[in-house]
Parts: sequence; C-alpha cells; structure tokens
Amino acid sequence: MTTLPQSTDKKLGLLIDLDTCVGCHACVISCKGWNTENYGAPLSDQDPYGAKPTGTFLNRVHSYEVQPPNLKDGTQPAAQLIHFPKSCLHCEDAPCVTVCPTGASYKRVEDGIVLVNEQDCIGCGLCAWACPYGAREMDAEEGVMKKCTLCVDRIYNENLPEEDRQPACVRTCPAGARHFGDFADPESSVSILSAERGGMDLMPEQGTKPVNKYLPPRPKDEMPEFDVLSPYLEPIAKDAKGFVGWLDRALSAMPGGAK
Amino acid sequence: MPKDQPDLNLSPKVSDEIRKTTCYMCACRCGINVHMKEGKVAYIEGNRDHPVNQGVLCAKGSAGIMQHNAPSRLRAPLKRVGPRGSGEFEEISWDEALDMATGLLKPIREEAPEKLAFFTGRDQSQSFTGFWAQAYGTPNFAAHGGFCSVNMAAAGIYTMGGAFWEFGQPDWDLTKMVMIFGVAEDHDSNPIKMGIGRAKAKGAKIVSVNPIRTGYNAVADEWVGITPGTDGLYVLSLIHCLMKAGRIDLDYLARFTNASVLLNEDPKSDQFGLALRDDNGQPQVMDRNTGKLAPWNGQGVEPDLAGTLRDKGVTHRPVFHHMAEKYLSDDYAPEAVEERTGIPAAQIRKMAAELARVAFDEEITLDRQWTDFRGKKHDKMVGRPVSFHAMRGISAHSNGFQTCRALHVLQIVLGTVETPGGMRFKPPYPKPATAHPKPHGKVTPGAPLDGPHLGYVHGPEDLLLDENDQPKRIDKAYSWENPMSAHGLMHMVISNAHAGTPYKIDTLFMYMANMSWNSSMNTGGVIKMLTDTNEDGSYVIPNIIYSDAYSSEMVAYADLILPDTTYLERHDCISLLDRPICEADAVADAIRWPVVEPDRDVRGFQSVLCDLGARLGMAGFVNDDGSQKYQDYADYITNHIRRPGVGPLAGFRLGDDGLQGGRGEVNESQIDNYIANGGFWIEHVPEDCAYYKPFNTAYQDWAVKMGFYDAVQPYIFQLYVEPLRKFQLAAEGVGTRQPPEHLRARIKETMDPLPTWYAPFEDAHVSPEEYPVHALTQRPMAMYHSWGTQNAWLRQIHGHNPLYIPTKIWEANGFEEGDWAKVSSAHGEIVVPVAHQASLNPNTVWTWNAIGKRKGAWALDEDAPEATKGFLLNHLIHELLPPKGDGLRWANSDPVTGQAAWFDLRVKIEKSAVPNEAQPAMPPIKSPVGKGPDKLAWKVGK
Amino acid sequence: MHPAPSVIIFTTFSGLGFGLLFWLGLGVIVPTGWSAFIWFAMAYIFAVGGLLASTFHLGHPERFLKAFTQWRSSWLSREAICAVATLLVMALYGAGLVFLGSQWAPLGWLGALGAIGTVFTTSMIYAQMKTIPRWKHWTTPALFLSLSLGGGALLAGQVAVAVILLLIAGGIQAFAWITGDARLADSGTDMETATGLGFIGKVRAFEPPHTGTNYLLREFVHEVGRKHAKQLRILAMAFGFVLPVIFLMLPFSHWFAALAVLSHIAGVLALRWLFFAQAEHVVGLYYGKR
Repeated sequence: MTTLPQSTDKKLGLLIDLDTCVGCHACVISCKGWNTENYGAPLSDQDPYGAKPTGTFLNRVHSYEVQPPNLKDGTQPAAQLIHFPKSCLHCEDAPCVTVCPTGASYKRVEDGIVLVNEQDCIGCGLCAWACPYGAREMDAEEGVMKKCTLCVDRIYNENLPEEDRQPACVRTCPAGARHFGDFADPESSVSILSAERGGMDLMPEQGTKPVNKYLPPRPKDEMPEFDVLSPYLEPIAKDAKGFVGWLDRALSAMPGGAK
Repeated sequence: MPKDQPDLNLSPKVSDEIRKTTCYMCACRCGINVHMKEGKVAYIEGNRDHPVNQGVLCAKGSAGIMQHNAPSRLRAPLKRVGPRGSGEFEEISWDEALDMATGLLKPIREEAPEKLAFFTGRDQSQSFTGFWAQAYGTPNFAAHGGFCSVNMAAAGIYTMGGAFWEFGQPDWDLTKMVMIFGVAEDHDSNPIKMGIGRAKAKGAKIVSVNPIRTGYNAVADEWVGITPGTDGLYVLSLIHCLMKAGRIDLDYLARFTNASVLLNEDPKSDQFGLALRDDNGQPQVMDRNTGKLAPWNGQGVEPDLAGTLRDKGVTHRPVFHHMAEKYLSDDYAPEAVEERTGIPAAQIRKMAAELARVAFDEEITLDRQWTDFRGKKHDKMVGRPVSFHAMRGISAHSNGFQTCRALHVLQIVLGTVETPGGMRFKPPYPKPATAHPKPHGKVTPGAPLDGPHLGYVHGPEDLLLDENDQPKRIDKAYSWENPMSAHGLMHMVISNAHAGTPYKIDTLFMYMANMSWNSSMNTGGVIKMLTDTNEDGSYVIPNIIYSDAYSSEMVAYADLILPDTTYLERHDCISLLDRPICEADAVADAIRWPVVEPDRDVRGFQSVLCDLGARLGMAGFVNDDGSQKYQDYADYITNHIRRPGVGPLAGFRLGDDGLQGGRGEVNESQIDNYIANGGFWIEHVPEDCAYYKPFNTAYQDWAVKMGFYDAVQPYIFQLYVEPLRKFQLAAEGVGTRQPPEHLRARIKETMDPLPTWYAPFEDAHVSPEEYPVHALTQRPMAMYHSWGTQNAWLRQIHGHNPLYIPTKIWEANGFEEGDWAKVSSAHGEIVVPVAHQASLNPNTVWTWNAIGKRKGAWALDEDAPEATKGFLLNHLIHELLPPKGDGLRWANSDPVTGQAAWFDLRVKIEKSAVPNEAQPAMPPIKSPVGKGPDKLAWKVGK
Repeated sequence: MHPAPSVIIFTTFSGLGFGLLFWLGLGVIVPTGWSAFIWFAMAYIFAVGGLLASTFHLGHPERFLKAFTQWRSSWLSREAICAVATLLVMALYGAGLVFLGSQWAPLGWLGALGAIGTVFTTSMIYAQMKTIPRWKHWTTPALFLSLSLGGGALLAGQVAVAVILLLIAGGIQAFAWITGDARLADSGTDMETATGLGFIGKVRAFEPPHTGTNYLLREFVHEVGRKHAKQLRILAMAFGFVLPVIFLMLPFSHWFAALAVLSHIAGVLALRWLFFAQAEHVVGLYYGKR
C-alpha cells in the first residue's frame, strides 16, 4: 500500500563508513549476484559485450574529491578522495512509496524495508523520479522497478546459517565498512556506532528521513603538532663519530650493559 | 502481516548445494562458496572459514559467475591457419594438438633443450610447471615475477628472509600505525582491505606514501604524495632522522641483525668489506660478555653493536658503524631530499618523529616467554607497534631493489619486524636466502636440468654463465646485467628470442601470459617481433604454443592453442611449495576442484602437461615401464613426493596415527578430505611461535616438524647483504669471474651492500626537462589484468580509462572535461582521454592498468569502449632504455634483479584534438570464439 | 529529465483534449448531432490519444488497472481516476447531445470539473516532486491549467477567452522560466548535502560509479546547452502564444484558426520538451551534473 505506515516496529538499515570504504565495488557485485539469482526478476544487462554496456545495479560506488579550504597561512591542504557507496536508504518518509499509483511500492511495517512488489509494478518510473538518491533503477528487460531489498530474502532466511542472515553487501565488504542493524533500537551496534561517530543523513533537507546513515571520514592529514625536534628527534650526535660515542654510552647504560 | 503487504517468502531456498573451492579471479586465492542450482553455478560468496578472506569477497570474486560463463572462453584446441596475428584458426582434436606439440618438443629435447623457452604468466602452479620444465631439461623457465614483484621478493629474502606482497603482513590487530608504500590493488588484496578496516576500527593510524591518493591511499589518515622513484630517498631520510636522534632499537639490532657483524676494512684485501669469519665460516661478532670474538650464533653470546677489532694490522668494524657513517651523512637530511622527493623537510621530520613516538612511547608487551637461538630466555615479547607494507609502487623501478631494502632496514632499525604490532611473516616464511636453492642452468640433451631453475645467488660464482661468460638463459637471468634475478625475466624473452641473443630458440611455450598486449612493455614492438619473418618467409621465432582459457590478445599470435578450463572446472593446488595462502598465525594450503565439468573440449593445462611429459618420456612423468605416471593434475597433486614426507599439499597426509598436517605419506583420498574441509587445510602457529620466528627456537622446531625445512636454521637479519658486496668486489677487480667492462661502474654503484638510492635510470637516458611528467598505472580493485573485460558485470565499472592529470598540468594545458591529450615518451606516443584529479602528485599522471583492449579480443564487439577509448600506457615503455650515445642499449630494468622498471616512465603531455579513437589504434583480430549475446538476464534457478 | 516523446505527447494532447472537454462541459458551445459528434471526437482523440501515449513509457501497460487503487496517496492514481471518470461522464453528456440532442447541463458541469481536476492532478504529478526543484512550485499547476484551458478555448473557437488565457499562460510560462532557472541552486540541495561531505570542503565528482551509462543518467540527467535552450524558449513562446494570438486577432478565417491551433500545438510541444529537458533532478548531483 502506498501510504506509509505510521511507524515501523524496527528500522533496519545500513551504516556505511566513509572513513573506511576503499571503493572496491565488492558490495556492488555481490548485490548484483545475489539479487540476480533471488528476489524478483534478474538484474539484466543490455549490450553486455558491446559498445554501450549497461545494466541494472541496486548499489553503486561513487567517488568524490573534496578540497578543504586553505589554511590560515594560505597553504592549500591536500585534496581528499572519498569513496561513496549508495543504495536505497529505506527512508522513514519515503517519497517513492507515496507516489506509486499501484501499491507496488511499500514500506514494511515490521522492519521499515522499502520494497517493490514486482507483480503490481506497471513500470511507470514515478518512484524513481521521487527518489532524490537514485536508489531505484528500472530493469530494461523486465520493465519493473528494481531496488535494494536490504536482502529481505537473506536476513530472515532460515535456510542460511544465523551469521549469514545479513545483506549480501555487508557480508562481502572486505574493509568492514558496511554495518547492518536496527536503528530503532538505541542499543543496537549500528545505533551506538552511529552515535559515536556522528552518523549523518544524505540530503536531510529533502525531508525523507533516511534510515541508512553514513559515518563521516575522520579528519585527515592532521599529524599531531609537536616540536619536530624535541623530544622525539633531538639529535644525539652531529656525525658518525659522535654517534659511535653515543652508542658506546647507550650500550653501557642498557640492562646488563656495563662492561 | 499487515493486510496490504504482500505475503513474502522470507526463507526461500538458497541453493541445492554449496561447493567450496578457491577463487582465481585474481592472485588473492580466497575461499569461495559456489552455490549450485540444478547442477549450475548460481551464486558465489566468500567462505567464512577460509584463512585468506574469512568470508568476504571482492567484486571480482563475486563476478566469477560471469567469468565462468564468458563468451570469450576457448572451446577446443586451435591450429593457426592464417598469418600470425590474424586470429584465423581451425579447431582440432586434442589428439592432433598433442601430436603437434610432441612433434615440436621431442626433437628439441633430444638435441638442445634450451631451444624451448617455457614461460608461465599468471601461473599459480609454478612448483609444478617448474618441475615440468626441469624434467624437460630447458634452463628457460620462469613465471611473471620478473616484471611484477622480484625487487620486493629478492630484497626481502636477502635482507630478512621474507617479503611483503603475500609473504608478510602488518600485525593488523596490534599495530597502532601502518605505513604503506606504493600499495595498490596488487596481491593479497582482500587481506589488506580487511586489515585496514580492522586497524582503523581500533583507532590505528594509516599513513600512505603514494603519488596517487585512491583506494587504500584514499582512506589513509595521512597522505605523503611522493614523487615516483624517490621512495628510497624518503625512507633513507627517515632512517637518518631516527638514527641521528638515537630513536632506534639497539637491543634488537644487536641481537637479531648483522649490525654487530665485523667487516674487514683493508682495501687491499680480497676480503675487503666482507665479514670476518671463523674456521667454520660463521661471521664473527664481539661478545659483550667476554669482550672477545665469537660466532654470531654462539650460545650465550651477546653481540656488541660497537665492538671493533684490530687484527693482524687490519681494522674490523661492525656493520652498524658503517651504517652510521652512511646514513648520518647530510646527503640524507630532510632538507637535502625535499626537492627530489616532493615532500617538505618539515613533513619528513614530522613523520620520523611520529614513527619514533609510536614505536617507543607506545611499546606493547605480550606475556609470552620464548627462547632465542643463542639459548637466551626472554620473559616477554616486546613490540614496537608501527608496521609497514609495500608493493609494486616501490618495486617496479630501476632502483626498486635498493628501495625495498631501505624500507626493510627502516623497519628493522625500529625493531618492528616479527615483533608484536609490527610486520609479520606468513609460513613457510621466514626463510633466509641461504635456505633457498641456488639457480640451476646445466643442460644435458634428453635429460633433466641439474636442479631447480630459480633461486638465490650468493656471489659471482653462482651466476648462470657459460664458459664464454655468456648467459645460459634466454632471458639473461643471473648474468652480470642482473645478477640477482630470482624470478627470471619473462619480459625479455620475446625480444631476446627475436634478436637471437644469447642464442636462437625454436619454440616459445607460454601459459596465461598476454604478452602481445598488456603484459609486455612496448606492446607494438612485441607484436612485430612475434610476427617478424626471415627472408625465407619463416617466422623469426619459429614456433609458438600458447595455453589460455580465454580469447586473449595473445591467442592470435600462437600457432597452436591448448585451451585451458575456467577456474571452476579444474584441479589446482595452492601449495606451500609455491606461493602459499598462509596467514601470520596459520599455515594453510588449498585446492581447486571441478565444481562443474567443462561443457567444451578443453582441458586443465597442468593435466595436459602430465600428458605431454609422458609423451616426451620425461623423468618424473613416466613410470618405470614408460607409461604415463600422473593421469592428470589431481593425480600429481595427490601422489607427487617432493622431499620425504612433503608433497604439493601439506594437509591430510598419512601419519602413524591417521591423517595429519605437515609431513606425511601420500593419502589417496587427500583431495576428498580437502573438499570435505571446505577446499583448504589450516593449522595454527602455536602461540609461543607467533613472533620472533627467525630467532625463536620453538618456531624453528615447529617449522621443521611441519616440513617447511628439514633442519632448524635460525638466522639474523642482513642489514648488510654480503652477496651484494661480493658482486661489488668483482666489479672492483677481485676474483676470477669478472663482469664486462661496461657494467663495472654500474655494479659498483648499484650493488651497495647497504641500502642506497640512485635516480631511476630513465632520468639519465631521457631529458627530464623534455619529459617532466611521471606516468604510472594502477590496477583497479574491480579488475584483474585483462581478465575483467570479458566479464559483463565488471566491464560496466571499468569500460574505459582516462589519463588522470594533476591540477597543475590540467590548468597549464587548459584542459576541460571531455578533452584528449597527446602523451609522448622517448619511445612512443599515445592519444587518450583525460580527467582531472587534485589528489595527485603534481608531476604525475596515471591510468588504470589493462583496461584498453585490442579490437576482436575477449569476444567483445569491435567498437567496445575498451578498444575505442581505453588505452595502454605500455606503448610508451620499452624493454630497453633509449640510446644515450655510449653505443650500448641498457635494459629498462633494475640492475640487481632485472625487474622491469615500468614506473620509471617519463612523459610529456599536450592537449590534442579529439580523435575518432584512442591512438595508436591497431587493426582488429578475428575472434576465434565469435561474439557475446546482446543481452543478459542471468538466473539459473527459475 | 529525459524529454521522453511519450510524456511530451501525453501532456500536450491530453491537456488540449481535457481543455476542450472543459469548455464543452461548461456549455460554452452546445453542439448537437453530427456537429456534437465531431467536437467530442476531437476532444476524445486528443485526451485519450494523449493518455494512450503515456502508456508507451510503462514497463507493464497491461497492469494499468492497478493504477486506480492508490488515490489516497498517489497523484498519478488520482489522475487516472479523474481522467477515466471525466471521460465517462463526458461520454454520457456527449451521448445526450449526439443522439438525443439534449443537454444534461449538470452532467456537463460535473465533466468540466473533472476535466480541470484531471489536468490539475496531472500537473501535481510533477509539482509534487521535491527532487526536481524547478517543478515543485505553484507555477507548474498554474501553467498546466492555463495552457489546457487556453488551448481548449482555442480549439473550442472561443477567441476572446482564448486570447486572454493564452496571454496569461504565456506570462506564467515566462515567470516559470525566469524563476525556475535558479530554483535548484536555491533549493538548499547541492553536492555538499548530497554527500554529507561539505563539512570538509568543496565537493567534486571524481570517478562515476560505472564508466558506462545507466537508467538514472538516461532518465534524469539531460543537459541542454544554454544557447540552445534560449533559442528554443523564444520559438516556443512565439509558436505557443504570440502567433496564435496574432492569428486570432486577425479577421476570422478558418485558415487562420487552423494555423493558430497548429502553431499553438507546436509551441506547447516545444515548451513541454523544455519542461522536461531543463528539469534538473537532484540525483544528477551525485554524478556531478548540474
């Protein structure tokens, strides 16, 4: 049903660590593999070996360069490069759901997952228009809207071992930059981590109230400011000869060193 | 269930069966769970129990299903019917193919085995292919290490008995600062990602030294955007700062390194610069207990870092004094190197101070007792939690060997190798250079070679030179041009074979090496050499046999193609005899097995070699009655015995009390045991063996028990590498085996026994003013060499590659998005699309490696973006440096190891008009496998 | 946004069709018999033809009935219901005129209301899109309504009303263009909020996620050259409003009337193309586009 639930029992979502994501695309392909073989129609590819290969992906990794402002002394700090995975944020106020004319798009009351019931989808694309994040892609082969299901067919799947009941992208992420959990539970690992590290919303001004949060990159290129000579680099000798003298003294001073 | 929500099946069946094998989408060798539906591959995920990846899997691994089903798979043996390079073939039977191969190889073996050059590129079965080549009797065997990793490997083995790459790793769980040099997506990629993630989660600081800030370098907390080829200088400057401040681990240096070993200082002696040795040949130190000479490994000896000796009029001083003299020199002061490295002096000092702070102020200790090889009991394990990792970025330079050595010396002076929080070896490493074989090259027609091909030389006497001082090997490995070429020089094989130096060959036999494209420097030149003809119309390189699973660019240049299987259709072993999959805390090996049978007329290459070996009657491949010894590779894996109790696989061997790991007898069900165990075997390193492995008696005993070596062999780290000094001595005129005159000066300069830095050779051969820009390539994380392009999913991520240009050059040329540039080197010129990157060294440009493709290869359409916009930087590189007027052509490689110096490349950049396609554009080759479908909606279980 | 021909044709012609139905329902002209048949046929060809065109961009048009279910939340569902209800009511009203010659005026008024409602709901499909700041503005429904009613009046031969309404529509269009150009920039959504990385500094797209294109880029990212857009705006204004008004001001002739209609249709097609092509979807920010 395209009206949104007043509230959901859980708020399942992803916490994505922009400080740790190395941009390897593992989540992209793991998602493609699982969701091609599972929920709904396969994620198809057009012209896969040709001049303009294109296909349906539910998760894509962007990368951005960010230029910090000049320092007080006028020097320009190094630009930073940040990898940025993006999939459905399973918004609390999901505009994609309410625009759907058929009820195919819905937000689950149990856990807040936003899904498309492909049997009801007429492929009008309006939900993708309404989504500010580009989380929905129309499958060119099947003519229905595809989107991240948060691996709803994994996370409760009793045919999977308990430890594998998490989205494919989270299970596969080599750097451990993706976390899955219930944001409605303040004691959950994702809630705690998000609180500790300042988990942020994308486009908060759009009023979508995303469930997925992003952990901001930690400060970079900020080595501790200490006197570069004292105490760590205070010279013990001017040259090799002095060094040998220091060495003799240092060795004598070491435990069992007095000759 | 709310009434408006559809009724979902939340527990759909996942698959009929999971088959666990080993990935081969790159060199990482992760464990994978292959989910099968209706007998077909449905989904691939990481194996949680596997030591390498612990469940995670990268993009390539997850895309395995698209590789396994790629339309580019070869379908049957092929015989060339058109000219070389045309791609015109006819399919033939295996009988005909094997007859052809035997017909070529048998006469060569009987007359002159060296006329076969057998080189295997991205081979993961080198202990087997090397065994085959040895049995055949040709000295001409190697894999691709010569253009990949040999600087790193050789520098590591000679210095400390192990290297980075996949042979060592930071102690990710305990380290507090990880410094990575030139690390991109090369090897060990998932473990590095996992490690970075774990270290960051614990608050460790990651420092990256790399001209390019992408990938791992992008998540680093601190970026040192160094100028390519100057890492060694930067590292030596850090050593300078640390030594000058006394921020070094004297106790560690005294006990566990040869810093205390005494060197002869008599310039007139033939021992000048060599260690003072006792009658047993052991290097001598001064013992602090007695004040007298003692062997380095004497029981109870306390080596003295400062002890000097005057004996028979000759002064002997310890290595450490020489280090002080060399590294305290102002040549290595930060101010002296800042311009060259592009790193301000203040930043260098800051980094040195930070290393000192973390190493010494944040020392960690583990309450674990251990005993060193001198019998000294230590009641705890002390760690200095800074760790290092480095890869191709510092390796693929002509000063790469010494740069890698410098980095090892940096970690050693900080006391962080094999200590908690530092860099740790993975079994069967550590293993000193002296425990490796020496190279062998003695040819006897009709008989095996006199020993393994590749190994470690310890002086001029070990070089592979014939009676006329000419190289015995076609690649000139272990010659004066590159004495320590421990991995061979695959990149020189085709040009040497074409030139007939040191001799002509008859047949070039290659496996998984895309030499006519992205695996050669000078791609166009190599294509010419492969197709060049004599006056009579015959090819200059007479016969080429090639094995590959896919329609790569190289296929078109071979006369006979032996089609390999995909990785899911084959047996393999990831062996301790080879490049193992161990972790610092565990010894492990693994197999591949056919989780599906091939649906084409293809055979695993190793099984074909078993067959060919028998047809050729090679020792080790036939039984006493002349019948074929190994029916296939699986048979070899199970039944081959390399040394007593040691075979290709160390797991599930037969012992007195049933199955055991390590040594043991042949177990006919071994492969089944592996399959039942998830495709791998693992045994954990005991806790008291976990650190200080080279010096730790408990580890040494365990290593012998496991079969890594046959007798304990503790050793100390070689800050000063004596074999280098021996080559230098020869260059100074000492000894009977002398280098050619033109190499003397270079050997003296570059084979310094203490790490040194010299400018990349290209700087002296081309004008840095004319070619001011450094040009690099990196491997993308979602692509492995050229393989990814045939993969429908991966090629959407990297379908073409721009040249990334730093802001300074971007603005100077007035570039805008969509522009193209002409990029020229002393050797060639390309015209390619450009893109802007600010997070880049200001004098460096780079692109993704091996995205560009030849039209007609890999079953792609000829207008695929890989062929129209994608490009190779290889066209700009040459295996030889440009002439510099001395009448000689110098190799574009490291003078110590022969490693191809890809990253020395210098170019100039100019804005270009937009061409129709990236230049140079080569004519299409005819695809031997047709083209792929125009859409995919892949679902196995309906 | 991708200026899909199906949607341009749909909004243009169904707008005209429902505009004509509005004036017919209101009883501004009350034809009977064959004459009524022709008037209604024209209205239905435009309205239904437009609606049918809109189904061309559906992935599964055979499931269209499902689109009537979500009137509580979906403007598209409301539009579908409004459109069908209006067409049914007006069919009954038209049948009375064609076959019985009788005008069931209240039914006509209901139909006229439905026609306005249909155009309004159509416009709200666009105007509700917070993701497309250019559209999310009162000018969107105002423009759709004024164009529909003006065009309908033009078709219905209501010269005076048509001139006034077309001038109003032209004015609203000009206002929408002028104010719309800055609306994305003023919306508060930019690359910095899209990525959350603004706290570090200025954000620039580096590598796109895939080197090839994708659905999002094809559907939402359409960049029109500034010069090209300006020329097209002038042409759309001229054909959509200025020329029809001039033709209507001239002494009445069926030729001029026909030219006015054709010119208007051409103009509306052009401005609808611009309506889509110039609409900046915020998702483009993730790709560093606009």
